Amino acid sequence: MTALTPTSETAVVDGPGWTAVCPLDALAPERGAAALVTGSDGEERQVALFRLLDGTVCAVQQLDPYSGANVMSRGIVGTRGGTPTVASPVYKQVFELHTGRCLDAASKEPRVGLAADLASYPVVVTGGVVHVGIG
Amino acid sequence: MVAQRFVEALRARDAAGDWRVTVFAEEPRKPYDRVGLTRYFEVRDAEELTLGDPALWDDPLVDLHRDCKVEAIDREARTVTDRLGRVHAYDELVLATGSSAAMPPIDGHDLPGVFVYRTIDDVAALRGWVEAKREAGHVETRGGVVERPVRGAVVGGGLLGLEAAGALKALGAQATVIQFGTHLMDVQIDLGGGHALKRLINDKGISVRTDTATKSIRPHRRTGHVGRMDFADGGRLDVDVVVMATGVRPRDELARAAGLEVGERGGAVVDLTCRTADEHVWAIGEVACIEGRCLGLVAPGNTMAEVVADRLLGGGATFPGADTATKLKLSGVDVASFGDAHGRTEKSVEIVWADPLRGIYSKLVMADDARTLLGGVFVGDATPYASLRPMLGAELPGDPSAFLLPEGTGGAPALELPDDANVCSCNNVSAGTIRGAVTEHDCTDVAGVKACTRAGTTCGACLPLVTKLTKAELTKAGVEVSTALCEHFELSRAQLFDAVRVADLHTFSEIIARFGRVPEGATDAGRGCDICKPTVASVLASLGNGHILAGEQATLQDTNDHMLANMQKDGTYSVVPRMPGGEVTPEGLIVVGQVAKDFGLYTKITGGQRIDMFGARVEQLPEIWRRLVDAGFESGHAYGKSLRTVKSCVGSTWCRYGVQDSVGMAVELELRYRGLRSPHKLKLGVSGCARECAEARGKDVGVIATDKGWNVYVGGNGGQTPKHAQLLAENLSSEELLRTIDRFLMLYIRTADRLQRTAPWVEEYEGGLEAIREVVIEDSLGIGADLDAAMAQHVEGYEDEWKAVLEDPAKLARFGSFVNAPTTPDPALAYVPERGQKRPATADEVASGTADPELVSALTSPVLVAGPTLEVRA
Ligand code: SRM
Ligand SMILES: Cc1cc2nc3c(=O)[nH]c(=O)nc-3n(C[C@H](O)[C@H](O)[C@H](O)COP(=O)(O)OP(=O)(O)OC[C@H]3O[C@@H](n4cnc5c(N)ncnc54)[C@H](O)[C@@H]3O)c2cc1C
Ligand code: SF4
Ligand code: FES
Repeated sequence: MTALTPTSETAVVDGPGWTAVCPLDALAPERGAAALVTGSDGEERQVALFRLLDGTVCAVQQLDPYSGANVMSRGIVGTRGGTPTVASPVYKQVFELHTGRCLDAASKEPRVGLAADLASYPVVVTGGVVHVGIG
Repeated sequence: MVAQRFVEALRARDAAGDWRVTVFAEEPRKPYDRVGLTRYFEVRDAEELTLGDPALWDDPLVDLHRDCKVEAIDREARTVTDRLGRVHAYDELVLATGSSAAMPPIDGHDLPGVFVYRTIDDVAALRGWVEAKREAGHVETRGGVVERPVRGAVVGGGLLGLEAAGALKALGAQATVIQFGTHLMDVQIDLGGGHALKRLINDKGISVRTDTATKSIRPHRRTGHVGRMDFADGGRLDVDVVVMATGVRPRDELARAAGLEVGERGGAVVDLTCRTADEHVWAIGEVACIEGRCLGLVAPGNTMAEVVADRLLGGGATFPGADTATKLKLSGVDVASFGDAHGRTEKSVEIVWADPLRGIYSKLVMADDARTLLGGVFVGDATPYASLRPMLGAELPGDPSAFLLPEGTGGAPALELPDDANVCSCNNVSAGTIRGAVTEHDCTDVAGVKACTRAGTTCGACLPLVTKLTKAELTKAGVEVSTALCEHFELSRAQLFDAVRVADLHTFSEIIARFGRVPEGATDAGRGCDICKPTVASVLASLGNGHILAGEQATLQDTNDHMLANMQKDGTYSVVPRMPGGEVTPEGLIVVGQVAKDFGLYTKITGGQRIDMFGARVEQLPEIWRRLVDAGFESGHAYGKSLRTVKSCVGSTWCRYGVQDSVGMAVELELRYRGLRSPHKLKLGVSGCARECAEARGKDVGVIATDKGWNVYVGGNGGQTPKHAQLLAENLSSEELLRTIDRFLMLYIRTADRLQRTAPWVEEYEGGLEAIREVVIEDSLGIGADLDAAMAQHVEGYEDEWKAVLEDPAKLARFGSFVNAPTTPDPALAYVPERGQKRPATADEVASGTADPELVSALTSPVLVAGPTLEVRA
């Protein structure tokens, strides 16, 4: 899954499963924010949104699989080999922001029952509004 | 012990699985680390002493019979009979029965209260006895409780006796060591060393009587327990407990009964392959009499274990001779010796260096060429031991006396150890093997090298050297040990600090553009990471760049600094208002109590003399702080790599012994350095007299009042590697004290590594504490005024971070829980009650629905944050 850039088609976000979350301006560059998003299955999820310097917004799960706390939005944003990343604020695992893939588990195992990678969600920014697509 | 090593070695090398091993152990537990026996008092858990990988005993080819003493060997039939009368056949038999503690034939040696010090059971019994005696000595009278100390004596002033005396002390008993010989540890060290050692032991509060023979031990009139010792010279000593540490006797009873030859002083006689006269019977460890003697150390025993394992697998190993180097394991008393410590080699020469004031005695024994090292003795400071011991038998470069002089004065040439030098004698690991772990097995740190080679995993005496070799090898291999901060910066923190200061840069973007490392093929250095961003944030803050959440700086902060609070395991935060010097008014306490109550926070007094409130949600933080700030509190910086607390004792204002106002000074220091960002956290302490109730010497800077002013100590540390702070300057006036601390802290801030506390910084600073003293006190670098100015700028520029946030809507906007629902609590939070407060529910409690939703408190007033409003399409 990849995050879409703000130039993407407006039409995409009209389908089911897309949620308008907040104005782009509500997100500070290179700092995360949490959001509550209800998917088409009716389930409410906690999502971590990150606005990068180029205006791209990425969305991954807010749940940190290594601590079990809902904190991913509060990690430090950076890059590894040029790829945007976020580090868990608890035990410092590093995840790729676009895909949620765990790049560095910091010699730890995820909590029982949780996947090592983060789920990532498509994002579209249109008309200055951030939309997250949760199927 | 060595049986375990034997099984381990055999199983590791017997890939084909040709051998099945059965181990019969008299003791009821798995083989444990006898060398670490004294640690039992600390860990109180026999399991912790278990040797090696416990999986060894699950190996299908290994059987361990515990509590199963062997009673007899039938060499003819090749069987052994255990205490239950069961007969077991063997192809090869290895005796590793060790020794028992020797019991001198002194009258009364069998009285209750006389112990030996050999097994976990001995040590557990000794502890129980001392505790019971202490209980009995606790008498309540009408005038108050009287505590009679438990009086202990140790017979024998060797390695074991001193260790036992230390253990008695640790159990809270008095201890007197009775030594028959002329001086302590007379087997290992010479008379001069013995005198120095005695002073060190006395400093530990342990009495020593040398040249004393014990005539008899008498029972107490009433209890019949041990009560008194009578000495040959007519002296006597009242005692409640006696530990016998007069040597060991090989447990060769099985060998004797089986008709095997035993040595003059006991022990099953073996040849250099560790085989007895019976080709199917071997002996290893303390029970083996090899080259005419039994060896009471674990290292040669382990070597024998390896030899036999090798032989059974068809190898040709022989015992190479014993390394009898020893190091006393008594905390705070550094003693080590190796080789020909007594200078018995013909024509050998001795080089002695002694500093009675500092309690140091060191000696090298050299061959008559004055170059070849034959042995050494170190008392008081055994630092040279680690690097010199492996040079045994080799030529030392340069003047040997240079190796004895205190560090920094002598300029001893760097020792390049030959590959075959034995570095870890417990595990028989050579310098070459350690180097190989890095070069061939890709170990990249000390932990890796330990795991790979087993060096340093038994007594730990060789660890400094293992560390040094590992680092040197890594450097040679061009691996890490680089001081580069991370993939984004080649510079170390200290270099970066200077670069930023000199180039006068103020934002991360500028800094990474200017100093960042651009990887090959990339166009820029990227956007940093969780290592360099907080480091740059700290550097910028130390250089005075305004509020830590101003502009781009906010994106650099770790979550704790970003939320100005400490994140807890469930994602909530803790709140710690500053209470300078630990002082707080009753009104202040009431406010804190009320805030905690209103917001449903768990409260606790911290180890830093102030109050912590836990379980605050992001969206509650501003409102909590509004209440605290209104009541006059300010941020305690519990979240920052910055000044934490200045701990104080009550001092001269109330205490009858205080000689200065320690609380006043602590408050002054805390207000002076509050908010000062540094490479790691900073803690200070001020005690009002030498009794040191503020534990100031455990702090980065410790101040202790004297009747003439203040003494200042630096580089103390709690944490994982505790260190006492060392004296930097004495009898300072208050003004001199501030200037000294200002400069010390600024120098540290400018030159330390990322996350390096002051203790390791002082240690690694070139020239050590002495050089720091020159810079701070004598201004040897001429930067004193610069450091003073930097601190003055900090003091003037200080503002309360929380107050500033409350006044700035943009900063406040960060404190919403969700960007589209800023006042909604994290729905996953769950708590259960405990001791009248709440705590996070465990995963099981959440799953079983035991969590109490009431404990996720509502806000008490509308949130300050105005969340972005947005029409949301359904
Ligand atoms: C709250 C407190 C425990 C308590 O309930 O008493 C505490 C709590 C934490 N300590 Fe501590 N330490 C606390 C006093 C201490 C002390 C005692 C003291 O200050 O006198 C020490 C030993 C003294 C020393 O630092 O030398 C101490 C040595 C550590 C260390 C080891 C530092 C070291 O140099 O090895 C860490 C780990 C680190 O910082 O890397 C640590 C880390 C932590 C962290 C930050 C761990 C974490 O990342 O979650 C804890 C979170 C703090 C929080 O508020 O959420 N804490 N910690 C104490 C807060 C004191 C205060 O008022 O600010
Ligand atoms: C407190 C203390 C501190 C020490 N510190 C050091 C140190 O710092 N450095 C150092 O090098 N050495 C030290 N030593 C010495 C070291 O512990 C011994 O050299 C080492 O334990 C010898 O190992 P071993 O296997 O030969 O004997 P042991 O470890 O004594 O093992 C022999 C085992 O065989 C069992 N056994 C005996 N007879 C039978 C039988 N018939 N059937 C079944 N089982 C039997 C015994 O119960 C015992 O468990 C210390 C010793 C003590 C007590
Ligand atoms: S000692 Fe460990 S568990 Fe206790 S507060 Fe400090 S860091 Fe946390
Ligand atoms: S010398 Fe004892 S562990 Fe290395």
